Amino acid sequence: MISFTLWDMTRHLLVGAGWTIVLSVIAFVFGGAMGLAVLCVRISANPRLQRFGMAYIEFFQDTPLLMQFFLIFFGLALFGVDISPLFAAMLGLTLFTSAYLAEIWRGCVESLPKGQWEASACLAMSRWEQLRHVILPQALRIAVPPTVGFSVQVVKGTAVASIIGFVEITKTGTMIANATFRPLTVYALVALGYFLMCYPLSVAARRVERRLHAAGRR
Amino acid sequence: MAYQFSFEPVFANWGLLVQGAALTLVLTAVSAAVGLAVGILGAVSRQWRLPILCQVFTAYVECIRNTPFLVQLYFIYFSLPALGMRLNGWEASVLAMVLNLGAYSTEIIRAGVASVPRGLIEAAESLAMSRWQCLFHVVLRPALKNVWPALCSQIVIVMLGSSVCSQIAAEELTFEANLIQSRTFRAFEVYLVSTGMYLLLAVGVRRCLHFFGRHYICRGRA
Amino acid sequence: MPLVDVNELHKQFGENEVLRGVNLTVEEGDVVAVIGRSGSGKSTFLRILNGLETFDAGHVRIDGERISGLESDLRPLRRKVGMVFQQFNLFPHLTAGENVMLAPRVVKKESPVEVKALAEEMLGRVGLGDKFGAFPDQLSGGQQQRVAIARALAMRPRMLLCDEITSALDPELVGEVLEVVRQLAAEGMTLIMVTHEMRFAREVGNKLVFMHKGKVHEAGDPKSLFANPRTPELASFIQSVG
Repeated sequence: MISFTLWDMTRHLLVGAGWTIVLSVIAFVFGGAMGLAVLCVRISANPRLQRFGMAYIEFFQDTPLLMQFFLIFFGLALFGVDISPLFAAMLGLTLFTSAYLAEIWRGCVESLPKGQWEASACLAMSRWEQLRHVILPQALRIAVPPTVGFSVQVVKGTAVASIIGFVEITKTGTMIANATFRPLTVYALVALGYFLMCYPLSVAARRVERRLHAAGRR
Repeated sequence: MAYQFSFEPVFANWGLLVQGAALTLVLTAVSAAVGLAVGILGAVSRQWRLPILCQVFTAYVECIRNTPFLVQLYFIYFSLPALGMRLNGWEASVLAMVLNLGAYSTEIIRAGVASVPRGLIEAAESLAMSRWQCLFHVVLRPALKNVWPALCSQIVIVMLGSSVCSQIAAEELTFEANLIQSRTFRAFEVYLVSTGMYLLLAVGVRRCLHFFGRHYICRGRA
Repeated sequence: MPLVDVNELHKQFGENEVLRGVNLTVEEGDVVAVIGRSGSGKSTFLRILNGLETFDAGHVRIDGERISGLESDLRPLRRKVGMVFQQFNLFPHLTAGENVMLAPRVVKKESPVEVKALAEEMLGRVGLGDKFGAFPDQLSGGQQQRVAIARALAMRPRMLLCDEITSALDPELVGEVLEVVRQLAAEGMTLIMVTHEMRFAREVGNKLVFMHKGKVHEAGDPKSLFANPRTPELASFIQSVG
């Protein structure tokens, strides 16, 4: 049994937490960009594109994140691509995020009154122009609270990546717990680490929601 | 060299997969029933600001919602024995899922209770009903009806989350898939088939819950 | 001993003093119509009588007992004082019959058989005997309000408070509700009604209370007050309502 001091553990967990943050940020940023594209496909006027968008979103929402990681990890390996756990986790979490954000944003777009679409159409705007100048600016404002709220889910989702071998804070914790036989301390520290990362985001989401509601009430 | 897909070994172990899926459903059903009860208690404690219970539930909800399910599971399975509570894979999974769903449904049901029109509560009070009688007979069903879709979604999310319980040897669907993979080395095929099964389970569970909601919770809406 | 005895009642909402010293007595069997402009405090006064609002100063005695505002005292009070609301507030997940049966079963612990018979009798009294199994959203506004009256009556209260019970109804449905109230008055039920129905107040009420700026400005026999208002405020109110 290796003896670790509390500071040793914390030091290693902090490195792991750093990787958690890296993965979360990459997944959130790229997932957001992809999510915008998925959104446009999902609300496209073309019925076939729309159905593809629906299927894409439904796949990621109705299957476990762990399975998505396994499919990417083992699937890409079949095509001769030697994939690292980091890359599989990045790709998996990005696709997962893109689907969920697209669905959240679709809800916001649909909550806009039909009159906005009608008015902009009457001004001879193309669908793309409608989206860019009228619909998306308004929808994005409503979308801020749930999007910030979802960022918490992304951070928590990185934990599942530990199962395919990505060394973030949970995997680091597991390794330390196995080495020191002190699971109570280690996992309590891991939980604390996640709490410190997620709680500010949760509070921010609530605060933004409140401000949005107050502004909307005229 | 092109990979030769072969689903045959997977289908040879069909029984194991079905068994795993059945256990996933049982895990989900038990967690849903107990988790909803916890959620109702938590929602009432927070909405009525019951002393001690309100603070306990607030802390509990914030802890669960700001930590990953996997870490909660590991804590229950690996860390609790140090405090004298030793649970096997199945028990730890149920406890983790109940606590997880309980926290999320506390918030969801609280929103539902808050959305019941004040007039209904005043009418019940005017009929000399106590706070608890009012809750049980007048507030609860309209509250649940308002948030039933959100609750259904949360139950499906918890069901999909149960796939990480495979890590602590709970023999649900992912565990069986891992088992078959280690025997047949047909990783992609196994995971593809089991992903398909999860998809069917999710769609099926959602449909059942909607049916249940329409017939038992949403009475009185033509 | 009067059934309701209110003495120098004061109520403030933040900076706004809504009731500035209300005095009123109501005897058993009285049918009191409370009228006044919006903001005069009529609904607040009514809601204090069954404890839905607290009050800041003064005394309120119902059936000889002082209202204190503690929850333990309010439930016995509410068994004697029934209330019918402007928005009906029927329980949407229960049928009409179940709405009426709920409180007697749960609060007074009467047996299911007795309670069902009681509900059928009450719904019959308001002319809805055939709607026992209907849900509120299957009923018209007038029917819903009559169910609400039956629900309040099922608790066999000593008196009934009616808070603008026809104001949310389409005009053609008002008559059926007023007819039920007329019947209740004829049977001797004590009623205190905040209402805008002036003709009804004049014909059925035996006491008119005009509230103005948080006080009882005029009170007396409806017919004579309508014919000869003693104060310019009441006169202009009657004229504005038509």
